[in-house]
Amino acid sequence: MILLIQYTLVFTSVLMLVALGGCFSEHSGVINIGLEGIMVFGALGGALVMSSLPAGSSAFIIVLLSILAAMVMGIIYSLLLAVASINFKADQTLVGTAMNLLGTAGATVIVKAINTAANPNNPSATVQYISARKAFLLVNGYEFNWFMPLALCLLILAYVILYKTRFGLRLMSCGEHPQAAASVGINVYKMRYAGVLISGLLGGLGGLVYITAGVSEWKFENGVAGFGFLALAVMIFGGWKPFRIALAALLFGFFRALSNVYTGFDLLSRLNLPSTIYNMLPYIISLIVLIFFSKNSAAPKAEGIPYDQGSR
Amino acid sequence: MRKGNSILRKPAVQTLLSSLLCILLGLLVGFIALLIINPSGAVEAILDIIKNFWNYSKRATQLKNLGNTLVKTAPLLMCSLSVLFAYKVGLFNIGAAGQYVAGAGACIFCAVGLGWHWLPCMIASILAGALVGAISGLLKATRNVNEVISCIMLNWISLYLVNTLLSKVKNPTSPYTYNVAKQMVIENGASTTVAHPEALLPQLGINTLFNNNKYVGLAIPLAILLAVGIWVLLNKTRLGYELRATGLNKHAAKYCGMQDKANIVLTMAIAGGLAGIGASMLYLTGFEEWSVTQSSVPGMGFNGIAAAFLGGLHPIGTIFSSFFIQHITDGGAQLNKQVYPSEISGLISSLIIYFCAFVLFFKLTLNRRLDRKAERLQAIAQKEGGKA
Repeated sequence: MILLIQYTLVFTSVLMLVALGGCFSEHSGVINIGLEGIMVFGALGGALVMSSLPAGSSAFIIVLLSILAAMVMGIIYSLLLAVASINFKADQTLVGTAMNLLGTAGATVIVKAINTAANPNNPSATVQYISARKAFLLVNGYEFNWFMPLALCLLILAYVILYKTRFGLRLMSCGEHPQAAASVGINVYKMRYAGVLISGLLGGLGGLVYITAGVSEWKFENGVAGFGFLALAVMIFGGWKPFRIALAALLFGFFRALSNVYTGFDLLSRLNLPSTIYNMLPYIISLIVLIFFSKNSAAPKAEGIPYDQGSR
Repeated sequence: MRKGNSILRKPAVQTLLSSLLCILLGLLVGFIALLIINPSGAVEAILDIIKNFWNYSKRATQLKNLGNTLVKTAPLLMCSLSVLFAYKVGLFNIGAAGQYVAGAGACIFCAVGLGWHWLPCMIASILAGALVGAISGLLKATRNVNEVISCIMLNWISLYLVNTLLSKVKNPTSPYTYNVAKQMVIENGASTTVAHPEALLPQLGINTLFNNNKYVGLAIPLAILLAVGIWVLLNKTRLGYELRATGLNKHAAKYCGMQDKANIVLTMAIAGGLAGIGASMLYLTGFEEWSVTQSSVPGMGFNGIAAAFLGGLHPIGTIFSSFFIQHITDGGAQLNKQVYPSEISGLISSLIIYFCAFVLFFKLTLNRRLDRKAERLQAIAQKEGGKA
């Protein structure tokens, strides 16, 4: 039971962080399908820092540096989306898809290159961070880590920024009606850049949280197994609103955690369902959720439409 | 104002130019990555990727490897046609991957588990792919579910379903299924196999052109035929016209009496069927088996997106772009694994998709430049005319 709660909280933090990232990007008017790729690069940044820090580093340094690395990598990677969709008015779905493919391929190439440079007989795409990962744990022996309080803080911060500050309200106006926003002197390009880069920051952090969830090494060939897309479903289910996103993430996180730990429950293991059922569950649930929540979509009105100063 | 009739104005020329530019940029960035990994062999490595089967000196081996590339080009072409067909109707079919997976599951199960002939196996693949596609279409048409998200969810659902289904025809000593050339029979509770060559696609003698590569056969001409068929369907039939009209403006199409909702479902079903038949074109050759433990969706459907856009979203163009994408993907396997990771070719093809997103901007800029040039020439001509 305690295991289920642990994993639920871990996966909830991941989904919430990434979905909040998507929320910022979409409120500024840019659809971010590329969250999956952003997560992979964030995870890569964090993992490389964790594995390369000397063994005796203090826990605080490890936590701080790997979080920073994940955020910076996420931001850098999200620039690919920002430049293409804001400056060059590219098709945002296409760019996002390319970023997802590039994320896994690029991370695999980078990790393999590092691994083979260290040892030519080791052409694997795995990064290990056994000792560094312990620094994240709040209570020894349990999977409660620093990311959970951090995710909670970021949730509140996201709400405050979006709804209580001038910046957030301006950002959202660019996703609803960019021409109207521009007419009162808001720089739509800057706001959209801010939205996409914040989604890069949160997505990158989410990637780091995901790869430290109960494992001490990560095979980058696998990417992040569709978590970026689950986060998109969480965002839609949450109606693009931070606190509802948190609740949605809790629901999805629970079902995702179930697939990790269902063998520990007498009732569930006695049902003798194949493990693939549990693997499928989060995706099936999100499809069902989408069926009921897409009809009256609360999506930002101008999302996906490139902003052109000339069109009013 | 008179438009200049420069050759650069022709849409076909512009599409070709921009595709070539995408390829060049993709290769360039891939080359830079190789340079960073190990500068001493980078030139050789990028040439290895581009050359692929020409790396072999013997002509017979070259032909055999060209055959292998073609075997995988056929399913890739079908996936890219699937993406293209949906895109022409205004739908982004990122679900080609899942529809392909469903097709693979159907044909392998029907061949190995049920011992069917290749033709019904292929039809089963088409139906399985079409079903998965139609679900996305139905959700889009009736419940306003974004097809990109529903397709992605269905990709994962199909993967796990197919893994469950195919573990029934699994080879007990490996994570792979039995080859489709065998039929599984249960004797005294243990599974054994008997030869079942009827499930293999006919070779039609094409294999003799490729040094008797036994995997080459019906799939390749069939894929090309279907590409032409899709072009005819989209451009020369009433249905194609209606579908494209729905894609351009759903509301206008509805206003003209077209069944916009039915058209969306039909489009996704056709797109799914194309991806599904693609899977049967690969697995019914016996070229490879399905691993029931794989935890990521096969890249074929995603590469289909690359091929569709690189081919300038034209069915005939995709024939060439599919071959190119498969060519460099196989080329990646030629690299020395102790120095360079073979995923470099995956990197290059994903970069190509990324650069394809800039194509619209490229064409716009080119046309503006041509306009400006034409204006300048006209102004000069007028000035000279005034003097005289």
